[in-house]
Amino acid sequence: MAGQVFAYIIHREGIADDSALELITAARKIFPAAPLTAVVTGSGGNLDAVCNEMAASYNEVWKFDHEALAYPNAEVIRKLLVNTLPGDAVVLLPHNTFGMDLAPGLSIKMDSAFVADVVDIEGLEGDTLNVIRQEYSGQVSTHVTCDISAGVVLNIRAGVFQADESKAAGGQVVDKSGETGDLSAVRKFLEIVEAEVGDVDITKEDILVSIGRGIEDEDNIEIADELAEAIGGVVSCSRPIVDAKWLEKSRQVGTSGKTVKPKVYLALGISGSFQHLGGLKGNPFIVAVNKNPKAPIFQVADVGVVEDLLEFVPVLTEKIQTG
Amino acid sequence: MEILVCVKRVPDTAENEIEVNRDGSDIERDDLVYSVNEWDNYAVEEAIQIVDRVGGSVTVVSVGDEESEEVVRREMAMGANNGILVSDDAFEGSDGKGIAALLKGAVEKGTYDLILTGAQADDGAGQVGGMLAAMLDMTYASVVNYIEVLDNRKLKVGREIEGGNVEMNEIELPCVLSIQTGINEPRYVGIRGIRKVASVDIPVWGSSELGIDAASIGESGAKVKRVDYFVPELGEGAEILEGSMEEIADKLIELLKAKGGIK
Ligand SMILES: Cc1cc2nc3c(=O)[nH]c(=O)nc-3n(C[C@H](O)[C@H](O)[C@H](O)COP(=O)(O)OP(=O)(O)OC[C@H]3O[C@@H](n4cnc5c(N)ncnc54)[C@H](O)[C@@H]3O)c2cc1C
Ligand SMILES: Nc1ncnc2c1ncn2[C@@H]1O[C@H](COP(=O)(O)O)[C@@H](O)[C@H]1O
Repeated sequence: MAGQVFAYIIHREGIADDSALELITAARKIFPAAPLTAVVTGSGGNLDAVCNEMAASYNEVWKFDHEALAYPNAEVIRKLLVNTLPGDAVVLLPHNTFGMDLAPGLSIKMDSAFVADVVDIEGLEGDTLNVIRQEYSGQVSTHVTCDISAGVVLNIRAGVFQADESKAAGGQVVDKSGETGDLSAVRKFLEIVEAEVGDVDITKEDILVSIGRGIEDEDNIEIADELAEAIGGVVSCSRPIVDAKWLEKSRQVGTSGKTVKPKVYLALGISGSFQHLGGLKGNPFIVAVNKNPKAPIFQVADVGVVEDLLEFVPVLTEKIQTG
Repeated sequence: MEILVCVKRVPDTAENEIEVNRDGSDIERDDLVYSVNEWDNYAVEEAIQIVDRVGGSVTVVSVGDEESEEVVRREMAMGANNGILVSDDAFEGSDGKGIAALLKGAVEKGTYDLILTGAQADDGAGQVGGMLAAMLDMTYASVVNYIEVLDNRKLKVGREIEGGNVEMNEIELPCVLSIQTGINEPRYVGIRGIRKVASVDIPVWGSSELGIDAASIGESGAKVKRVDYFVPELGEGAEILEGSMEEIADKLIELLKAKGGIK
């Protein structure tokens, strides 16, 4: 039987990340009634505000206030968790760049199982946890079983579990700052370098013509430029277009790019990975053009066109131009 | 600097429609085009560029069936000096931890200052690098998009975090880094490059060469098991516009006008 359930809370400037309440819903799908503990780390400042906020939703909040925890350096946090959590703990983290940094190594050091990027949880049968994952950029799903008898670390995809807004836990904050143990680390955090500001601000646009790897060649970007001009929109893109240096980083939509909230989003040759869709907010009207009818983008789009974009988009543009 | 890069052979999702086979036990593999995992290709390029600057050598290693040799060879054509294939029937069905344990076995047969992996592979887990680092008791940093060699014991490493911001860290060697796409521009590998390495010998290491504890690997050692593949029941899904290209364009223009998608 696996042990106590912990969620690591990511917070910035006194405000907990959206994942904090989503992890509760995920945990409830494993243990409908077990007490849940939030782990909140930091150094002074707004830490108490976060702890108190979390106490409304978690039965217990473990507060760790320590200089070494001022910035959430995954190596330091791993030491802290290994030092303080029971060995058979069930630990929940968001599957973002922090969770990806921390969780795999944590599972090794705790000698527990690890499942990455969980998109759904079917429940626990004995010591076997049944979850759902995706592979091949979301083109297929898989049922996965995991033996959690010796504990488990689970990375939960952002946005797939509803936030638990009930705030009815009436939990208490337990100050564990004296119990951190050794937090020395080889990896030293230096600074955050902010992303460069580009020539256009796609976050303020109502109409985005977004291109992905399906555009195939730098010269074909013209096709998107012409459509964007015809409908009064701006060109944005998925990550591979920026990786290839065809467009500036400031045009990239996604978790490691910009968060946009247009009214209309045209996704041309974009498969619809969760990291891309993570940057698309505000429930826009989504049109997907993709030659693969199984592309995951069609699951979230309002309207789909299954065509080669290199042929279809010029036809569309011309019709708009000639009115 | 002695650098080891872990590379995986994966179906190329940009080239293939991935379909589930009839009983859901696997994906249809017959007509798949395979290539090296996109992230790993950036990792190999980065390793080559580091060695070009500071000297040393690049070794690539892959865990897989005998066909994985082709990606090892491809990365050697790119400029890696050595290649290793870790392969044995007993390794089949390994979970992420099993793969990491096998890679640890390979690492320990050499002396490396720096180990690179991709940020994630086709299973989208992003786990093997972090597990390997922890098993080796080395420092780890994930989603790395900047590496500067400060001296022969220290790196300045940038991690690409949310919003495209970069988290700068100082890290001592030896360490494991998982590489994010876009860190460099991987060089093109032509047919001539492939020919050049066509006959180099790539050693194959199995259970006996690695001296690995069989209990932690393969199907039986896996705590995490994939039961089946399936295509989820879609919710509403998109309304797919039908007709000739002209007709579809007309319908789409109507819809766009209604939604304010044409100014
Ligand atoms: C930590 C991390 C952060 C990331 N952050 C981001 C991010 O912020 N933004 C982002 O976009 N990605 C991000 N990614 C990458 C992400 O995982 C995907 O690799 C990426 O989104 C895929 O981009 P794509 O859809 O353009 O390409 P692919 O997945 O290769 O899809 C191309 C699509 O085009 C279609 N196609 C091909 N040719 C044509 C044609 N002629 N006509 C019509 N359709 C065609 C194909 O069927 C396919 O569906 C991140 C990854 C990691 C690990
Ligand atoms: N079978 C394998 N052989 C070699 N390296 C691998 C293998 N599987 C995963 N890796 C490495 O681990 C990284 C992350 O993969 P994953 O954890 O499967 O998402 C990959 O980019 C590779 O560098």
